[in-house]
Amino acid sequence: MSDEETELSPAVGPDDHVSGNADAPITLVEYGDYQCPYCGMAHPIVKELQRELGDSLRLVFRNMPLANVHPHAEAAAEAAEAVAEQGHFWEMHDLLYENQTNLGDVALARYAAQAGADEGAFTAALDGGAPRTKVQSDLESALRSGANGTPTFFINGERYDGSWQLEPFLENLRSLLAD
Amino acid sequence: MSPDESGATAQSGPLQKGDAAPEFSLPATPDQWVKLSELQGPVVLIFYPADWSPVCGDELSMFQAALGLFAKHGAQLVGISVDSSWCHLAYKADRKLGFPLLADFHPKGAVAKSYGVFRDDDDTTERAIFVLDAQHNVAWSYVSPVGISPGVDGALRALEALS
Repeated sequence: MSDEETELSPAVGPDDHVSGNADAPITLVEYGDYQCPYCGMAHPIVKELQRELGDSLRLVFRNMPLANVHPHAEAAAEAAEAVAEQGHFWEMHDLLYENQTNLGDVALARYAAQAGADEGAFTAALDGGAPRTKVQSDLESALRSGANGTPTFFINGERYDGSWQLEPFLENLRSLLAD
Repeated sequence: MSPDESGATAQSGPLQKGDAAPEFSLPATPDQWVKLSELQGPVVLIFYPADWSPVCGDELSMFQAALGLFAKHGAQLVGISVDSSWCHLAYKADRKLGFPLLADFHPKGAVAKSYGVFRDDDDTTERAIFVLDAQHNVAWSYVSPVGISPGVDGALRALEALS
């Protein structure tokens, strides 16, 4: 779609997982799928962007599990949201991306514990259904915002169709700081 | 019925809002045909260059993920490429797609030509989306750069505008 149409909706808000400076001039939103190999490749690149840009970058992660091609993606996303209820989202997020080839239910419970979550509370959160609602709401926001594959990035609210390899991505983000 | 009987003629550019959608009948599997006039309600036609290409995979997976949102508008999704129905059968099973993929295979690209989205230079189709209203007139159309998956937001908005 054209630029004015591919805008992030809803805007970043209190329900989002945010890492970095809340007042950063650049907000990077990643719509990702924990079982998608391209998202796995992008993960260390995003970490490097955070290191390079420091307080200039605020990172937001939203779920976009493509269940037709990635059978464990929804369960992994829900597990991350369940762990988030205990304040350990980013630890879980990293563990999932670092263990993409092993996302079965037993493994997910193990990563939740490693991330620092209490097992009983983790299971109760999943049973309560809120993680599932959050994941589906993220997915709908991805579809309505014009996300077009995994991963899709939005920079300050606009879809980024350029390369997410480290150098061009970093160059693009730095050019925004120069303005 | 063969595609020849649809009476399709070539268009010089993509059909636009208000144009009547040309009738077609194409195989969804080696022995099942889909005829546009037999589809009820709004239809979203998704022309894409090729099964198995990475960008097309992303594009169709996004539509699959949005199937529930399209269903709320009573809309039927239909993918179309110049691949054969045998190829579609394997691709659809592999990607677990819940909507038909039609084979515009013989004569090659005849339906794409009638919608103005055939690519003569590489014998495939444009990456194009047509939202047809319940009377099967074009309500919205969009041609994306071939290398960029368009996302589903434009088609969703077009359907919302219909209701």
